[in-house]
Amino acid sequence: MKSFTYEKVSSPAAAASAVVSNSNAKFIAGGTNLLDLMKLEIETPSHLIDVNGLGFDKIEPTSDGGLRIGALVRNTALAADARIRRDYGLLSRALLAGASGQLRNKATTAGNLLQRTRCPYFYDTNQPCNKRNPGSGCAAIGGVTRQHAVIGASDACIATHPSDMAIAMRALDATVQTARPDGSIRDIPIADLHRLPGDTPHIETTLTSGELITSVTLPKPVGGTHIYRKVRDRASYAFALVSVGAIVQRDGTGRVAVGGIAHKPWRVEAAEAEMPHGAKAVAAHLLEGASPTKENAFKLSLVERTLGAVLTEAKG
Amino acid sequence: MATVSFSVNGEVRALKLDTRTTLLDALREHLHLTGTKKGCDHGQCGACTVIVGGQRINSCLTLAVMHEGETVTTIEGLGTPEHMHPMQAAFVKHDGFQCGYCTPGQICSAVAVLDEIKAGIPSHVTGDLNAAPQLTNTELRERMSGNICRCGAYSNIAEAITEVAGRRA
Amino acid sequence: MKFDTPATTNPIDQLKVIGHATSRIDGPLKTTGRATYAYEWHDRPASPAYGYIVGAAIAKGRIASMDLSRARSAPGIIAIVTAENAGKLGKGNYNTAKLLGGPDIDHYHQAVAVVVAETFEQARAAAQLVKVDYAAAKGSFDLSAGRDGAAKPPGRGDDQPDTTVGDFPGAFASSPVQLDATYTTPDQAHAMMEPHASMAAWEGDKLTLWTSNQMIAWTTGDVAKTLGLPKENVRLISPFIGGGFGGKLFLRADAVLAALGARAANRPVKVAMQRPLMFNNTTHRPATIQRIRIGAGRDGKITAIGHESWSGNLPEGRPETAVQQTRLLYAGENRMTALRLAMLDLPEGNAMRAPGEAPGMMALEIAMDEMAERLGLDPIEFRARNDTQVDPEHPNRPFSQRQLVECMRIGAERFGWNKRNAEPGKQRDGRWLIGMGVAAAFRNNLLMKSGARVRLDRGGTVTVETDMTDIGTGSYTIIAQTAAEMMGVPLEKVVVRLGDSSFPVSAGSGGQFGANNSTSGVYAACVKLREAVAQKLGFNSAEIAFTDGQVTAGNRSVPLGQAASDGELAAEDSIEYGDLAKTHQQSTFGAHFVELGVDVATAEIRVRRMLAVCAAGRILNPTTARSQVIGAMTMGVGAALMEELAVDKRSGFFVNHDLAGYEVPVHADIPHQDTIFLDETDPMSSPMKAKGIGELGLCGVAAALANAVYNATGIRVREYPITLDKLLHRMPDA
Repeated sequence: MKSFTYEKVSSPAAAASAVVSNSNAKFIAGGTNLLDLMKLEIETPSHLIDVNGLGFDKIEPTSDGGLRIGALVRNTALAADARIRRDYGLLSRALLAGASGQLRNKATTAGNLLQRTRCPYFYDTNQPCNKRNPGSGCAAIGGVTRQHAVIGASDACIATHPSDMAIAMRALDATVQTARPDGSIRDIPIADLHRLPGDTPHIETTLTSGELITSVTLPKPVGGTHIYRKVRDRASYAFALVSVGAIVQRDGTGRVAVGGIAHKPWRVEAAEAEMPHGAKAVAAHLLEGASPTKENAFKLSLVERTLGAVLTEAKG
Repeated sequence: MATVSFSVNGEVRALKLDTRTTLLDALREHLHLTGTKKGCDHGQCGACTVIVGGQRINSCLTLAVMHEGETVTTIEGLGTPEHMHPMQAAFVKHDGFQCGYCTPGQICSAVAVLDEIKAGIPSHVTGDLNAAPQLTNTELRERMSGNICRCGAYSNIAEAITEVAGRRA
Repeated sequence: MKFDTPATTNPIDQLKVIGHATSRIDGPLKTTGRATYAYEWHDRPASPAYGYIVGAAIAKGRIASMDLSRARSAPGIIAIVTAENAGKLGKGNYNTAKLLGGPDIDHYHQAVAVVVAETFEQARAAAQLVKVDYAAAKGSFDLSAGRDGAAKPPGRGDDQPDTTVGDFPGAFASSPVQLDATYTTPDQAHAMMEPHASMAAWEGDKLTLWTSNQMIAWTTGDVAKTLGLPKENVRLISPFIGGGFGGKLFLRADAVLAALGARAANRPVKVAMQRPLMFNNTTHRPATIQRIRIGAGRDGKITAIGHESWSGNLPEGRPETAVQQTRLLYAGENRMTALRLAMLDLPEGNAMRAPGEAPGMMALEIAMDEMAERLGLDPIEFRARNDTQVDPEHPNRPFSQRQLVECMRIGAERFGWNKRNAEPGKQRDGRWLIGMGVAAAFRNNLLMKSGARVRLDRGGTVTVETDMTDIGTGSYTIIAQTAAEMMGVPLEKVVVRLGDSSFPVSAGSGGQFGANNSTSGVYAACVKLREAVAQKLGFNSAEIAFTDGQVTAGNRSVPLGQAASDGELAAEDSIEYGDLAKTHQQSTFGAHFVELGVDVATAEIRVRRMLAVCAAGRILNPTTARSQVIGAMTMGVGAALMEELAVDKRSGFFVNHDLAGYEVPVHADIPHQDTIFLDETDPMSSPMKAKGIGELGLCGVAAALANAVYNATGIRVREYPITLDKLLHRMPDA
């Protein structure tokens, strides 16, 4: 871990000024991913801005019947919130499927969205990785790829996004609120937050330099049956091989987002039109253009079968 | 370097630390409270679990300087060999450990898990999200899954926690 | 004490303390965080510096150049040790690859430097500044590719790579029912919770190492050999060990680098190997390819059994002896086994819990299940028909005890085996396909010389000192029980001190030989102490009783402590063995039962019930023995369902080298586990009449799961681990 200076800020303005005056600064909240990566010098900030004092730790109703979740709300608190459990069960379920009780107590809403891939070649600093060291190549391609992306990947990167929570946020059409160092604020639809790797896998989101997530807003509840199904070898405390988050209405229509298969939460709205026709039809559309490796081709049938199980469960 | 002061096991401790020092290393290397273990240093094993402000966390993935004014409870603060906490005594009685290295983390986690269930926090295996979670074997096992025991004492640990929970209820 | 005739009645048979379910005497220390592990002796030596290990970035080749200049000028740096400046180093007798690499690199993450600084944070940061240029060489990393070129390894005593009895090829060819199947087991990691850690302090040319090690005498010798010191100048202290499973049998880089770092820094240094380095830096259980052929008559009697195993290792490394059990477990007149070894440039393969039998039983016990099905026999009945009470290679050599069939029958009854539907894929519970599986458990019992010293003070307290280690096995407690039984004192009057090279040499912890041998060594020392006590107190009768803190003969009774009234009494002895292990085959037996569910949609496998029945001689402490067995069952679940070091066959390293990537079972994977110990004493094994149990509990578990998966789904997976991707394409529609 490289040396860094540390400051705790108590206002968004102070955070903005801190990030502007330090060229290699990073915000830290829960720290569960950032410190992990700093120990390996995959992340090397020279200044840490502790934003835990900014007060973004509330879950409040919005005027149009939704909920605004503060960026600093911990994963445990979010999953346990009575309104989330009642109206956005998918989100609660996805959060509880992730990590461990200890990690969820620390990890924040914004940090969860911004966590980086768990690709083992990304984590091994002896190996080339375009994400870690742009232009160095991708050791995962042609290597051990059972966990890797099957769709939306590129010749530069086949990593997946590891978040469970983000799958639910994507299915729920969440919006991310941010503040930029210049004081401007903006809304980013969750679909536009994460990027596909393309030629620049080191650029993982559409956030700009120094931009801080302040909250995530959920639109008003859409009802339906909420199911999050995470498939993994180990029964708990493991990243998904594949996960399916779905909201299914009584008439069979609904939404589906899939985790564990791409560089971002994978949702194809057009595929959802097929939901009344069953999992096979949805999966065919959802996974169009997939290019798996020999080791991870199973994920395609796994998505279809898991979705089938989810749709069956939703029927009750 | 930075200074930080927090309460550990009821005692206020002021430290001057490299900012890079994790809470885990502050406890082990600076306060010599080595009951909290370093198993992986990356949040992948749970051996470093401590209770901060009533909540269990991995002390390896948090900086000491981020805990100004907070209250930390480690395994040493739960009990002593002569006066064990009920959870510690139950682990001994049910042989809920072997090598002992994950044990402090398991015990800190177990103590917090019972509070989490009491507080109505759901888990991955909770059937009805809108009902209070129950203290079942399946619930305990899911909630304890962030604490790896390679010696494989899980079955005995579940019995130890169940006994303490029963005594409480 | 020489043990060369079968044990008769002795003081242990009183069973006042031995054989009772007893809580660990070290439990209060461990559960309150007061047990001191290797890295935690902060009060001695004072203010150690911190070492951080740099691992090689290539699997094979040479260091072309090293630039230490930036690291040297980093804040807090005290010293950097590399092969270039470390001075001449030897290689330990028990090491295959050298522990400090350079200029030649033998495997990925082989240590190439240790960076010593004032603080851990400084050492870690400076380690990143060590710049190494490598000249990589082409290596061999793929066992399946190396299979054809694998060579016959040299034999060692009775362990020969090839064995043959009768006419295997002829008998197999003419068998009416045959099986010829190939199974694979992956590389596996010990993944003990405490990383390899050591603290070193020099006083002149004398070295003290606080370390985490299973075999104190082996490692003391290898420290001396590696550093070129006389053995008596090396002191090892290892009273608490955070798990080993074979991974801490040997001297490892943490200890060598702590010692070298301390010498270079001229002050004490401590080193804990960082977790992401452990998987490639240290040893692992090597992968195997195993071909098993079984021929039987329609009566279900095996006529031919053959087992071949291929594994890989570095030059000078040994093969994984996965055929071991097949020489002994089942009858059959015509037999063969063969071991072949491929040269691979992966990290060093070496012992992990039940080396040989653990992967061997993973394959053999699937084969037995497959064969039973071909014969239309229940798998328990098939095993019973092929039971043997003698070594099948040497029919005049009986087993000392063998209750395999009893274990299976008792287990079947307890587990409800008769509820199993022999036709696979027919049991359903909601979304789960349910299956039951069984496998035999088998592991040899090994006899090793073991010594101890026992001291008596005037208060009647008995202190035992031996370099035996407690790696979670319960050594402290069973040794205390042994001394208490022998000296007739309550457990509270016994103090046990372990893991110190200044104590008498013991068997150490490995090969499930620790419990039986180390307690026998304590027994021997206690016999001597009893004699000394009797003499001191003037008893000359042969009929002396040591009970309730009193020494009694006839109507004279004296408090035990009185024997030490004018000074401590001490006695030291070792147990040594005659040839009872040659005249009698000593093994441990058991049966594993598993019920599991396979998700009909996703093929995820979740265990529902587990039972192990063990016949392993006298159970010294049912509490700690049960923990050994359930722990082994848990490790077996890992082996069956998730554990695999994934090899990058291009660059030659284990890719998933941390505890997130290398998955071992968590709480949610493990249901309530049951164990049954058959009432057994084995007078051939030792005066304790005990045998090993800690590895028996692992041997066969994974196969029982594999067989249960087959019973649930009708899909036979022969490549471990059994993950959902190996089932999915053959699963029925959900």
